[in-house]
Amino acid sequence: MSKRKRIKIGREKLQRIIEMCKSVEERSLDPFLIDVDEAVKTIKKFFPEWEIPEDLCLDAETVYHLASVIKLQSEWVKHRSTSLYTDPFLLTEKLVHIEKEEMVETFLKAWHPIVEMEQISLHSLAEALRYWENLLPLSERWQEFQPSEIRTSPATREELIRQRILREKAFSEELESFWQELKNKVKEKGVEGKIRYWDFVGAETYEETVHRAFLTSFLVTYGYASLEIQSLEEEIFIKPNEKPAAKTRKKQLVSIPIAVTTEDWTKWKKGELQ
Amino acid sequence: MRRRKGYYASKMKRAVHLLFYKRHTKPGVKGWELRKALGADYPKVLKILDNYLKALDLQVKTVFEGEKPVEKPTLEQLDKARFYITLRGDLTPKEAKMIGWRIDDLAGLAITIAYVISKKGKAPRKEVEELLRDKLPGWKVGLNVDRYIRYGYLTQDENEQLYLDWRTRAEIDQKAFIDMLLSK
Repeated sequence: MSKRKRIKIGREKLQRIIEMCKSVEERSLDPFLIDVDEAVKTIKKFFPEWEIPEDLCLDAETVYHLASVIKLQSEWVKHRSTSLYTDPFLLTEKLVHIEKEEMVETFLKAWHPIVEMEQISLHSLAEALRYWENLLPLSERWQEFQPSEIRTSPATREELIRQRILREKAFSEELESFWQELKNKVKEKGVEGKIRYWDFVGAETYEETVHRAFLTSFLVTYGYASLEIQSLEEEIFIKPNEKPAAKTRKKQLVSIPIAVTTEDWTKWKKGELQ
Repeated sequence: MRRRKGYYASKMKRAVHLLFYKRHTKPGVKGWELRKALGADYPKVLKILDNYLKALDLQVKTVFEGEKPVEKPTLEQLDKARFYITLRGDLTPKEAKMIGWRIDDLAGLAITIAYVISKKGKAPRKEVEELLRDKLPGWKVGLNVDRYIRYGYLTQDENEQLYLDWRTRAEIDQKAFIDMLLSK
């Protein structure tokens, strides 16, 4: 017989053992209907043939089901040895032939029903009354959930700006006018087409200064202006471009952190920041 | 001596409150709950209560974890056990009727329990229903089995196999029942 044929027969035999074991487990048939010795012999016989994982899994599954049947056999023996054991056939015969009244009479002698009580106590009644007294009428309780009537009308743009839902200008517009402002300032106060960073971002209030520094960072990032850092003098200049410079991928972009602290702002206000 | 008597009398009252009134979905109280409420000597309190209940034809029933009763239980086994108050003696058919059981339904319950016991505690629902259908109207059989399950006498698995459940273990003296049945 070829190896392939032997494997095929082996698989079929293991499947059959599994099916038999399952029917005993599920339908509570007599577990001794299965010849365990014979099944073990079959498993042993075909074990050397298994090479692929699927066949080894089938082998393991067969062993598992056979073990379950052996467990059932042991339980069966244990049950037979206890005083509770009665021949199922004998008992079934009795059950079929016994009269209804006789059955009830027998059962009642062995039945001791549980005593369960469900009763309200004075204490619970008093608790319930207290709760009832403190409970607000439905009309009052439900009022809490009624939403108050609000007269609705369309919001104006100014109101939305006031509530900071809308910005006064679109960001690009704001940036464009800020660029224009930079150019004008450079014309007025700048030297060689550039202006000191703090002279441009510095404003009356610290908040305004931070806002201007924030916008300046975008001017530089988007190519509207460029920064000139003189490391030796520790001075930073900002220089507006005539046209926004196109971003080139060839150049390595660098980030330059510039601290805008309250100390620096105070010094700039006093004219002490060099 | 009087103080000791008073001590146990108050504990017994507390035990009665716990055991008689249903506190969870299932009746009865777990051992550890009794220990928490009555103290470590709760087995003694229950013994005194059981003696007291004798005159009223009631008893304190202990159902241990697992199937079998335990001869000399350890404290750990007692803590895990469930305690109930059950009838000590037996009911007459007339009394059974008075507590809401029709004779047909009770006979059906008895047959079902006896059959499951005969099948080593596990029997297919189909077989039980066939047996009941012999003496009960067909439309009633399924309803009755469902009712026995709902009350806690039986339980059923996904393969429609019936097993004995907690109430059978608490209320029925299975050995006495089968012995009586076979001696008929």
